[in-house]
Amino acid sequence: MDDMYREFILDHYKNPRYHGVLDPADISYEDDNPLCGDVIRIDLRVDEDNRVVESGFSGEGCAISQASASMLMEEIQGKTLDEIKKFTRDDILEMLGIELGPVRLKCAMLALKVLKVGAYGVQEWVEE
Amino acid sequence: MDTSSRMNPTILDGATIRADFPALKREVRKGVRLVYLDTTATSQKPVQVLETMDRYYRYHNANVHRGIHTLAEEATAQYEAARERIAEFIGASSAREIIFTRNATEALNLVTHSWGAANLVAGDRLVLSEMEHHSNLVPWQMLSSEKGLEIDIIPVSDQGMLDLSEFHSLLDKQPKAVSITHMSNVLGTVNPIAQMSAQARDAGAIMVVDGAQSAPHFPVDVQELGVDFFAFSAHKMCGPTGVGVLWGRAELLDAMPPFLGGGDMIKRVYLRNFDSNEIPYKFEAGTPPICEAIGFGAAVDYLCTLGMDEIWEHEQNLVTYALERLDEVPGIAVYGPKADRRGGVAAFTLDGVHAHDVAQVLDKYGVAVRAGHHCAMPLHERLKVVATVRASFYFYNTREDVDQLIDGLYRVKDLFG
Repeated sequence: MDDMYREFILDHYKNPRYHGVLDPADISYEDDNPLCGDVIRIDLRVDEDNRVVESGFSGEGCAISQASASMLMEEIQGKTLDEIKKFTRDDILEMLGIELGPVRLKCAMLALKVLKVGAYGVQEWVEE
Repeated sequence: MDTSSRMNPTILDGATIRADFPALKREVRKGVRLVYLDTTATSQKPVQVLETMDRYYRYHNANVHRGIHTLAEEATAQYEAARERIAEFIGASSAREIIFTRNATEALNLVTHSWGAANLVAGDRLVLSEMEHHSNLVPWQMLSSEKGLEIDIIPVSDQGMLDLSEFHSLLDKQPKAVSITHMSNVLGTVNPIAQMSAQARDAGAIMVVDGAQSAPHFPVDVQELGVDFFAFSAHKMCGPTGVGVLWGRAELLDAMPPFLGGGDMIKRVYLRNFDSNEIPYKFEAGTPPICEAIGFGAAVDYLCTLGMDEIWEHEQNLVTYALERLDEVPGIAVYGPKADRRGGVAAFTLDGVHAHDVAQVLDKYGVAVRAGHHCAMPLHERLKVVATVRASFYFYNTREDVDQLIDGLYRVKDLFG
């Protein structure tokens, strides 16, 4: 817990990267954690190889949910949707580099969930 | 109720009281004292309750009612004595009107399932409010969608009070039931139940009260309030989890169909039908939470020793102080009415910091608060916030606890500033 609000996490929270709405976008998806009130929307533009050329996230929520989204946006630049589908919860935890209890884990994973539902398409995504 | 042994209110925040609560003596982590400001979710338990429950399981454990042996008689006597003490605690005219449930939520579900099923038909109207806990919304919503009822809602003003003129207008629509919280678990607002109940009665509605936050904090007399049903939970008032009470007027309870079916709630069973037992047993199917009910009785005894007036006065002093100190914090928004209209609860938001982050950092400094919507999503929509931080107080909290909260909030601001 002492490390939860590390400098780089707070920096991503206060100065989020790739923050904003892309309109139009090739892929847009939004979801929330109603229990916490965290909301994240992710917009992606992809090229003919399904490679991410532009991305943006928006929404509101706690430092963990927003920082996690910001870091994830950095991670996916130039990656293909197939590569994005391979992202796991361990990748997010490694990216954050902190230990999280079960409640905060949901905050940390919201962006990944939104991204993957977007990448798979709402119909095809099954909860992992 | 023994009032002679009531302590002086100035002693209520002293070391003597905290010494009764083992959990309050612990450290959250090395060198960090626990400041427990989450009583609205559940209170801590005094040794008097813990020892009573421990004694029950060690020496008296048996199933209640119909037992011929000594332990069964002792268990039954203790269980029924708890019912008597709880009846006295809320001014019930008879212990027959005290039904043990799992919690206040189940008590309210008992009303909707049993009274609602027998007394409401499609098109009937209900009046609820915008500040209700989900436990006083969802059971009525379920009943409503099953029966085709209409739900009217009393709005909450910007000051965190119920809009009583709107309530009067809603009564003109002749609702069958009004179900309102006695005290908001978020805003701390204490609603004028006696007045509302009289008006509901004049309009032909029954008055149901969610007393989960009132019974623990100030004197409640269901007859003075003039209500028809009153629900509350042991665990928010120094008792164990797993037991709550529905108080109802005997004539209403007598006329209601049973809630759950099984042992104890029957007088006689045939292969294809049954005769219901008398109240309160008609509503207590299966082995009840015996030890928990006995613990509840001990909790009520404990509260009476301190004095409910004294508890309320102590909390009033504390919340007044807390609201003053919270107002000093830059960027804070505190929700709800002035201190003289509320109990010991303060919900707030801090500019630019999500409630979860506030609670997480406060925990680091030993301060236990709750963050979220506190089972009151519609109220948070009304307040136009997704989540609040809630600090709640009981007689075992002190000014030092408030100071530690405020210090913690400044640390939050340093971190996120």
